[in-house]
Amino acid sequence: MSAHEHAAAHPVHRNYVMIWAILVGLLVISVAGPFLGIRVVTLITAFGIALVKAYMVAKNFMHLDVEKPIIHWLLAIILVLMVLLFSGLAPDVMKDSGRNWKKDAGFHTLPPAAEHAVTDKHDHGAKNH
Amino acid sequence: MSAHTIATTRSAMGIPTGRLAVWWVLCSEIVIFGGILVSYIMHRLGHPEWGHQAAHTNLWIGAFNTLVLLSSSLSAVLAHQAAEQGNGPKAARLLFATIGGGATFLTVKGFEWTEEITHGMTIQSGGFWSYYYTAAGIHATHVLAGMVIMVFIAMAALKNRDLHRVELVGIYWHFVDIVWIFLFPLLYIAK
Repeated sequence: MSAHEHAAAHPVHRNYVMIWAILVGLLVISVAGPFLGIRVVTLITAFGIALVKAYMVAKNFMHLDVEKPIIHWLLAIILVLMVLLFSGLAPDVMKDSGRNWKKDAGFHTLPPAAEHAVTDKHDHGAKNH
Repeated sequence: MSAHTIATTRSAMGIPTGRLAVWWVLCSEIVIFGGILVSYIMHRLGHPEWGHQAAHTNLWIGAFNTLVLLSSSLSAVLAHQAAEQGNGPKAARLLFATIGGGATFLTVKGFEWTEEITHGMTIQSGGFWSYYYTAAGIHATHVLAGMVIMVFIAMAALKNRDLHRVELVGIYWHFVDIVWIFLFPLLYIAK
């Protein structure tokens, strides 16, 4: 009898209150982390602990550990698609230069003259109304 | 004539159809939230100046709401446990407690947004705020949807009907909790 068949026949009993208490403890650490003022520690306590908390909720509250393999496959495929989305789009968004274009400094912001033009246009529009 | 739906009586690939459907829904939700979060992370890495905008979010409010959602997940899973034991009324009470958690979350969020908007931080105030209101807004909509569904399931559970649905709405609720677990550090801690 596999793990999930066993779980289906015998409902899983866990100490949910204890799991919740651990999650709250992890939350406290993730809130306290930034107060140390060390960037690496903040990253670990914020995002590292978020991963641990998400895993704990999925495993213990959603009972993913005793779910059928097809569900694991479904989720894995979707998560791989997320990684593909990231790796496909990241060069466009994050890199300053590409094969067919070049994003100079200030690519995402309007030059001061253009900003004034937009502001003036808005002001004129407001006065006309 | 039976009043049971197909999802109650049929099983596909060894999984009750209702539960399989919930997992399919969650897969599409992963695409929705995953897309938003991945897009936010990419832009955030490309715009270090967004940190100045993020500095205005209130860490304590975010932490309190995280605690509320984690606690509501506890009551949701305890409701599932009660349903497994055939105790519909207890499952219903725990589901109503979960709904209370959702209501607390949304109320706090309402006050938080009112404060931010009255201080001029709107969805048009910059790239960070656009993502902030979009991601948190879509998440809050999911919280509200879960609460509405839970009301119907709790009302049925009070009469010991369709207790398997307690687990289904619980799986959805835990997913909404997981999304917030990632939104919290992204929007409130990374400054």
